Amino acid sequence: MRLVGRVSRWFDDRFQLGASIKATMEHPVPRRTASWFYVFGSAAMTVFALQLVTGILLAFQYVPSAGEAWNGLQALNQQVSSGWFIRALHGWGSNFMVAIVLVHMVQVFLFGAHKFPRELTWLIGVFLLLFTLGMAFSGQILRFDQDAYWGLGIGASIASRIPLIGQTLVKLLLGGPIIAGATLARFFALHVFVVPALLILFVSLHVILVLKLGINDWPMPGRIVRRSTYLQEYKELTHRDGIPFVPSAVGKDIIFSGAILLAIAACAFFFGPFGPKGPPDPTIIQTAPRPDFFFLWLYALLSYLPPSAETPILIIGPAIGLAVLFALPFISGEGEKSWKRRPIAVLTIILVVGIFGSLTKLGLHTPWSPKMDAWSGEPIPEKMLADRTPLERQGALVFKAKQCHNCHALGGTGGERGPALDVVAVRLTKDQLIRQVIQGGGNMPAYGKNLSPAETAALVAFMETLHPPGQAPAIDASQVAVDKHGP
Amino acid sequence: MADPISRRSALARIGLIFNGVVAAVLAVPVVKYLKSPTRKPAKADDWISLGPLSQFPVGETRMAAFRNPVVNPSDGKTADIPCWVRRVDERKFQVFAINCAHLGCPVRWFAQSNLFLCPCHGGAYYADGSRASGPPERGLFEYVYRIEGNELWIQAQEMPTPGPTAYNDGKRHLKCV
Repeated sequence: MRLVGRVSRWFDDRFQLGASIKATMEHPVPRRTASWFYVFGSAAMTVFALQLVTGILLAFQYVPSAGEAWNGLQALNQQVSSGWFIRALHGWGSNFMVAIVLVHMVQVFLFGAHKFPRELTWLIGVFLLLFTLGMAFSGQILRFDQDAYWGLGIGASIASRIPLIGQTLVKLLLGGPIIAGATLARFFALHVFVVPALLILFVSLHVILVLKLGINDWPMPGRIVRRSTYLQEYKELTHRDGIPFVPSAVGKDIIFSGAILLAIAACAFFFGPFGPKGPPDPTIIQTAPRPDFFFLWLYALLSYLPPSAETPILIIGPAIGLAVLFALPFISGEGEKSWKRRPIAVLTIILVVGIFGSLTKLGLHTPWSPKMDAWSGEPIPEKMLADRTPLERQGALVFKAKQCHNCHALGGTGGERGPALDVVAVRLTKDQLIRQVIQGGGNMPAYGKNLSPAETAALVAFMETLHPPGQAPAIDASQVAVDKHGP
Repeated sequence: MADPISRRSALARIGLIFNGVVAAVLAVPVVKYLKSPTRKPAKADDWISLGPLSQFPVGETRMAAFRNPVVNPSDGKTADIPCWVRRVDERKFQVFAINCAHLGCPVRWFAQSNLFLCPCHGGAYYADGSRASGPPERGLFEYVYRIEGNELWIQAQEMPTPGPTAYNDGKRHLKCV
């Protein structure tokens, strides 16, 4: 032990860093901040470190070539010893990092940590969120499978809508006129060099600010932040009732970081790596591209925005969102910190989580996507065909042959793009059914040109049978009167 | 004799200006390099053959693929671009881009219902490429074609995107349906 002491003294006589490191580690923090609520920032940093290590390990094998990347990932999954596990760690680490950054952000917002004097810490945090999402998106591209290829197409299509610079931006994004080798190369450079460097720089600035300004004190209802008095109050809080960060406050951080690493390792081990899915060959169009989990909300949003409003919302929406995040510490830089006295803050979080949560859930389910193989792959339930006339059964065949099933469910099978047709006869009369089929409308294509009169008659006859046993189909009362008494 | 300190600070200032000039000179090739993807490639106006006309029966819509004229050795399969060829009659064709006019996903042709359907957000187009339903604001993108030597030729160089200036003026390589 004495030798270790002497060697470290020898180094410190030269570096002269020991005293400042010790002072930094032992800096006093308010007693109540040694809390399980204060562990997310350090956990995000731990996961970032894991991403750096696993990322470097993957770079030993990865080939950033559009022609080779996919095969390289297959080799990593199948041939390289533990390659699948390193990929899985990096993939799950990415999901955990985004999740923890988001939780950290919600926590500091609800605890009023963005208020004076920590405005800049918040602003840098917003950049860290953007960089983290940038890493998640570019990482998904580096997986270079079908989802990555068409995901780039979606990104380019969104970028192209920006007025004036749209087309130039698309070419800069893709590195050329099409999604190809140059595209992967630049996303590799961004994912491996540019954004990680920015992350390291901004994480350092973020941590320096936390050390210089002190960790946010535990918010007490009624303890008001004022620019004139806060610094003095904080100084008293840390010196009168403070504890040294190491060893008194750091324990929960270490335990939580360890638990997160274990959780990532467990997910990686039990669920394995993400993809790659089908090869990035654009001529293989039998695919239903899906983004990764944290971009599913955007995928859902893009299907629900009305077509005419989509472009303005896509361009203006993110700008407004960022403006709000940047302006927040300046708009509400003073006042109550405790979430117990900030109902609007709590409601905002509930609303935002509700919106993004609902969109993500819809993104997992994608009811707006036609089921491209339902017409040939999913049968009509037997009970809907039993005891039917030949004409009605012919109509069921038309229903299948014309791909109606891709968008309309029957007995829980088929697409959900349009309404389920299990009881459609109760909702629409015969004439209404004919009109809807021939003219379309309400987001349905018109089938007038694609159905012969005989096919239409058969299809509508089949649909008129789609009603519950005890409930009569809808009828047009005036037509009944005409049939009975003549015109 | 001048004050040595101010002389030294003057030297430092000159040094900074000197470095600024060097940086500006170096910036020219760097900016050119970064902007290079936005330049129009030399082969952009080349015609590309989609193969003999006999591959495309009258009244049907078939998939064809071409090697993008602007290629890189590392492109692999990504430079093989598919498209939909509709032969209206002996001499009349329509060649549609594979990319949905909403967000670029690959549309699929369903010959039975005469519709193009997009697997992403459910955009639908009629056989002539016009918009049928769903989120796209316009019809499918169409390539300019010509018939020569019993082969179908198109002009194509870039991925079509729905941006405001794209391909709508008839002079570009794709036109609006």
